[in-house]
Amino acid sequence: MLRSKDLLGIKELRKEEILLLLNTARAFKEVLQRDIKKVPTLRGRTVVNLFFEPSTRTRTSFELAAKRLSTDVINFSAPTSSLVKGESLLDTALTVQALGADIVVIRHGSAGVPHMLARVLRASVINAGDGTNEHPTQALLDAFTILQHKKAIEGLKVAIVGDVLHSRVAKSNIYCLGKLGAQVRLIGPATLVLKAFEALGTEVFYSMEEGLRGVDVVMTLRLQLERQGRGYFPSTEEYFQKWGLTRERLSLASPEVLVMHPGPMNRGIEIASEVADGPESVILEQVTNGLAVRMAVMYHLEEMKKA
Amino acid sequence: MILIKDAYVIDPAQPYEGPAELLIEQGRIRQFAPKGRLRRPPKAQVVEAQGLWVLPGLIDMHTHLREPGFEHKETIKTGTLAALRGGFTTVCAMANTNPVNDNAGITEFILRKAQAEGHAKVLPVGAISKGQKGQELAEMALMKDAGCVAFSDDGHPVQSALLMRRALEYAAGLDTLVITHAEDPALSEGGVMNEGLLALRMGLRGIPAQAEAVAVFRDLALAALTGGRLHVAHVSTAEAVNLIRQGKDRGLRISAETCPHYFSLTEEAVEGYNTNAKVNPPLRTEKDLQAIREALRDGTLDVIATDHAPHAPEEKAQQFDQAPSGASGLETALALSFALVREEVLTPMQMVEKFTTNPARVLGIEPPALREGAEANLVIFDPERAWTVNPREFLSKGKNTPFEGKELQGQVVATVFRGDLRKWL
Amino acid sequence: MAKKLLDAQDIDRALTRMGHEIIEKNKGPEGLCLVGIQRGGVHLARRLAQKIGRTEGTEIPVGSLDITFYRDDLRIRRQPQVRETHLPFDVNDKKVVLVDDVFFTGRSIRAAIDAIMDVGRPALVQLAVLVDRGHRELPIRADYVGKNIPTSRAERVEVQLREEGYEEDAVLLLSPQEAQRDASE
Repeated sequence: MLRSKDLLGIKELRKEEILLLLNTARAFKEVLQRDIKKVPTLRGRTVVNLFFEPSTRTRTSFELAAKRLSTDVINFSAPTSSLVKGESLLDTALTVQALGADIVVIRHGSAGVPHMLARVLRASVINAGDGTNEHPTQALLDAFTILQHKKAIEGLKVAIVGDVLHSRVAKSNIYCLGKLGAQVRLIGPATLVLKAFEALGTEVFYSMEEGLRGVDVVMTLRLQLERQGRGYFPSTEEYFQKWGLTRERLSLASPEVLVMHPGPMNRGIEIASEVADGPESVILEQVTNGLAVRMAVMYHLEEMKKA
Repeated sequence: MILIKDAYVIDPAQPYEGPAELLIEQGRIRQFAPKGRLRRPPKAQVVEAQGLWVLPGLIDMHTHLREPGFEHKETIKTGTLAALRGGFTTVCAMANTNPVNDNAGITEFILRKAQAEGHAKVLPVGAISKGQKGQELAEMALMKDAGCVAFSDDGHPVQSALLMRRALEYAAGLDTLVITHAEDPALSEGGVMNEGLLALRMGLRGIPAQAEAVAVFRDLALAALTGGRLHVAHVSTAEAVNLIRQGKDRGLRISAETCPHYFSLTEEAVEGYNTNAKVNPPLRTEKDLQAIREALRDGTLDVIATDHAPHAPEEKAQQFDQAPSGASGLETALALSFALVREEVLTPMQMVEKFTTNPARVLGIEPPALREGAEANLVIFDPERAWTVNPREFLSKGKNTPFEGKELQGQVVATVFRGDLRKWL
Repeated sequence: MAKKLLDAQDIDRALTRMGHEIIEKNKGPEGLCLVGIQRGGVHLARRLAQKIGRTEGTEIPVGSLDITFYRDDLRIRRQPQVRETHLPFDVNDKKVVLVDDVFFTGRSIRAAIDAIMDVGRPALVQLAVLVDRGHRELPIRADYVGKNIPTSRAERVEVQLREEGYEEDAVLLLSPQEAQRDASE
């Protein structure tokens, strides 16, 4: 059983909780392969998607996951919400709760907003991405996807490539894979892959040729193109030349390597098209698995709130 | 007439530390009897001060009174009352109001308002640049004539080294003080807490210690170049402490302050995205905290100031990176500093110096003293009294404190300002 | 000390009889499939299939069903770990026999019927249980019963099977005190 009513980050989870979620996700994946892809598990519950940052992908995934569990789903997105009228974040969250929300899925550009809301709300809070802090369901679906292809995560060499500094996906994956016993390598320019990340139990590489050697999984991160103007790297051309995932570089990895990307991809910048579409790529599977994992998270949060 | 009996007096101005009795009459100290006993005049109110400390009224060199412009955060009236509650009878009001205190008109407004409604003495600090925009010098000479005791763009670091040079030169000619908010804005841009592993773990952008060190180094160099009197505000890092120590060794006319939160807390206080622990400069590491304590002990840091920065609850209730920086500090400063005495970092006399004679020397004003004939400004402090910080009991409008719920020892029992006794307990 | 209601031989005999009854009632093995409810029912379904297969000389398809997502007590009691649902056949137009170890309130069977219906549209659904202990809360009855055992509500019936690592098969009756102690562990 989960210990908290909220899923704020992988940092806050124990290994057993991660394994529980992944196990249940497997059962939901079976449901998603049926003709009727819906179970009555959370009938009568209300899920509110509170998205302060645009993200069609993640929001749709949470929405569909909630619907597959027979909940009612309300989408509350920033441009249409009363926030633009100057209502405070807390007031918005309390309003959502007063509407009867059992689960509030929140995405916000500022780190810690889910934590702040979780303290005042009785409803469960699921962090769907907070600033550059965490994106826990992405890391869970990544671990789930790996487990669909590899026997265990323990002992695997996983390379995370790109803008680790600004990536909540990378942060959550570092914690998740670390707790599950993988060896995590970070690869990228030194401005985006700080040496300080080694204190989180990772190994830092500045060269793809060194970092990719023998890895079982490569996760490529989306490069935020606006970082270029901020002086983190000189040009996307140089970036692709040095840190783009090409077929040639991929050949340095283990023959059974998996290629992953949280999407949306910048083809030709962080990943070559032939790699994104190649046989090693499980990028579309990640999307499907996201549903199963998010169903598992909602199910277990409701389960832990038993009387 | 007030007779304070059986007190333990610590007065760095004389200097004197020991048992004494005081008689206050018509706003002045009429009699001061070290080790002695005063005869009780027939109509005198008697304050039994057995076991209590009596100190000269404290000076806070760094207070944000918020008026004019931000009266929802604090006013001159509420801010000076909070000051009095904390033992301060003099506060230096920082210039980042709205409008900014960048001309004599605003200075006069603040002084008039303080005269009418204030509970403590207000010494305005004028802005260095017009609108604190860092472009053109403000009318420092006219503001000095109007009553400003120092000049600072606090809250907005002076980005241009050239403007800082001019400010120090101009101030030197006026024999006045420039207070630097030492922060390199390019290095700290977007930062909301100390840079380091914790910031990385919390997903928050950090401010490196070097953002302070780089600015301190620049301003010390400019002080050397111009001969201007420079005071470094709210020192938070070991690096800055080292630079200031070296500068003093070289004989520069510099001084520096720190604030209670920098010697009481580390960055860990922001865990859980606690916006009440969001201050600027940010809370640092244990290493910095220790360096600051050592610098207070060896005199590198001359002054303890509060950087009292009250904010409205709804402002601090925002997401961490949006919430304004600052802590309400006037009502906890003395107890937090007394912890340094209990931990034998400072002697009682040293601690009182950091709140009285040292800031007076830096500001070039008459030091508060308990000698006969002086204005009767003093604090009665109970060093044995333990209490729990409860911001709802603050007299300041700013309830934003990172010390909520903390057990402290030592509490201000009463404050006398210009002969008026206010009992708090 | 828990009371032994059935020993290994009793269980085996009951299953043999139930196998015969299933064939008899359905007039042969055609279109028949067994679906065990996680987790005790899965082992019993396999054993039943083996017995029927042996007498009829044909292989009876067996599936497993986890009903956690269909339960009505999510907020009331602690849920067991979710187990596999694996139906290696198309249930449409099949004669589906649900198999469970202990038949009690009928709520698990309600959930199982719902779960099966979400997977397809069987021709009919029947129910086989090793132990019927009474106390129905829903209008559901079993088609095949290994043994009827009157119990009090507070007692617990525990089915121990070799497949779960027990040395030998047994059905035990736990007193209310034993049941409580067991639950708190």
